[in-house]
Amino acid sequence: MSNLLEIAGLNKRFGGLRAVDRCDLLVREGSITGLIGPNGAGKTTLFSIISGFIKPDSGQILFGGQRIDSLSAYQVAQRGLRRTFQIPRELREMSVLENLMLVPGGQFGDRILSVLLPGARVGQEERANEAAAREVLEMVGLAEKADIGAARLSGGQKKLLELARCLMSRPRLMLLDEPTAGVNPTLIRHLMKVMQKVHASGITLLIIEHNMNVIMELCERVVVLDRGHVIAAGAPAEIQRNRQVLDAYLGGVDA
Amino acid sequence: MTAYLVSILIFASIYGFVALGLNIQWGLTGLINLGQVAFFAAGAYCAALATRAGLPFLLALVLAALISGALGAAVALFTPRLREDYLAIVTLGFSEFVRLIFLNEKWLAGGPDGIAGVPRPSTVPGLNSETSFLAIAAGLLAVAFWFSQRLARYPIGRTLRAIREDETVVASIGKSTLSYKTLAFVLGAALAGIGGALFASYLTYISPDMFGPNVSIYVLAAVLLGRQGSTLGTLAGTAVVALLLEGTRLLKDFITVVDGVQLAALRLMALGLALMVIVAIRYRPGRRA
Repeated sequence: MSNLLEIAGLNKRFGGLRAVDRCDLLVREGSITGLIGPNGAGKTTLFSIISGFIKPDSGQILFGGQRIDSLSAYQVAQRGLRRTFQIPRELREMSVLENLMLVPGGQFGDRILSVLLPGARVGQEERANEAAAREVLEMVGLAEKADIGAARLSGGQKKLLELARCLMSRPRLMLLDEPTAGVNPTLIRHLMKVMQKVHASGITLLIIEHNMNVIMELCERVVVLDRGHVIAAGAPAEIQRNRQVLDAYLGGVDA
Repeated sequence: MTAYLVSILIFASIYGFVALGLNIQWGLTGLINLGQVAFFAAGAYCAALATRAGLPFLLALVLAALISGALGAAVALFTPRLREDYLAIVTLGFSEFVRLIFLNEKWLAGGPDGIAGVPRPSTVPGLNSETSFLAIAAGLLAVAFWFSQRLARYPIGRTLRAIREDETVVASIGKSTLSYKTLAFVLGAALAGIGGALFASYLTYISPDMFGPNVSIYVLAAVLLGRQGSTLGTLAGTAVVALLLEGTRLLKDFITVVDGVQLAALRLMALGLALMVIVAIRYRPGRRA
């Protein structure tokens, strides 16, 4: 299978800190790839660079064969590469449904011209938009919460909303930043099922995760990041036995 | 007395445009603009010069909206990220910059003497000059209200509200926050420009000292009083501010214990008190605004 995401020689420094250091990473189309590493390894920074929120100092990122490292965040998202946030960023003053209806690009009602024209077209568009949003909520198991304010969701439900918002656009690649962190075990089972459903629907996933059970069960390939550099990549079982990886996690000296 | 009431209503309608504009920028999109008076002034001068040059009133209005809107676009593009605190300072400075240009560039707009003899629009049949002007201003304001209301309720308004809440999210779903913010800023500036055009035409005389930063603050107070983001509330807030600032002049006939100067100070104190009460009630800890 071809590579959907190819990162080569990526660097990012914050002052004296090499947050991302000569990083190379491949994500195969149609895979679920796990990204693990100790705290402060640069995982979230790497996500922010891939999704265009932070500009790298050097190196390149290819998505579907095209350079995306100089694009703005919204342009990266438009190309079908979407991310979630580790700490959910639900829009608190909107309903769960509105949080999703906001997502589709190219809405006619999103253009200033629509405000001056008769409302029929926007009404029609909104009905279709709402149906699509309810379908996504059904899929992640938030259908019953559609009409309540997003601020009233529980922590775990906010994680689901984060996933749903990402899913709403039917991206090619989803970057999930710790989707199960701080979530109770029952909901973790549920989240894993949802991620498998998402994957089965043809979306490639790159997941930052600390929960090894989740990684072992979901991922076909795991990439290990330490101090901004990829120190190992391979099948989950191999990674678990890798000496260098264990050292990185246990704080041993460099191998 | 009736004439005075009509005049208050006209001022309220004029400032209604400026406040509706600020409500799109600040109320809906979260862009703190402390220099709304700059666009008001630009609209006023543009319309004054245009009508004195013989252009019809309606065309002058459109021209004022375009010029102020273009000025809004320029400000938006020179503060590309339009972030809260920076924007507040840049807009405040910009408005003073605009006022100083009108004050010092005599060739452009008469300098400190301002522009006199700005014509009024032709009178609506059957009404006197004042009530006719009120009918025109209020009618136009109704259109602006309809537009603002629709903007807030349409998907585009949802996107603007989302920007107010969390720009990062809006970028992450593939929408250019910069273009939406620029659009909101331009629309707000254009509405202020129309207000300025009406202002010049109503007073028939304008000068730079009418366009100090206090105008921006009064309008900010109006949007805040009317609950940030609400279109109807913005107009209600404008009415309250107009009444507090203008209506209390009437009191001087009834209150004799303070003189006129003291009363003027009291008017501002009343506005300040009203704002404090509103903010204290609405933004209590633990209560969502």
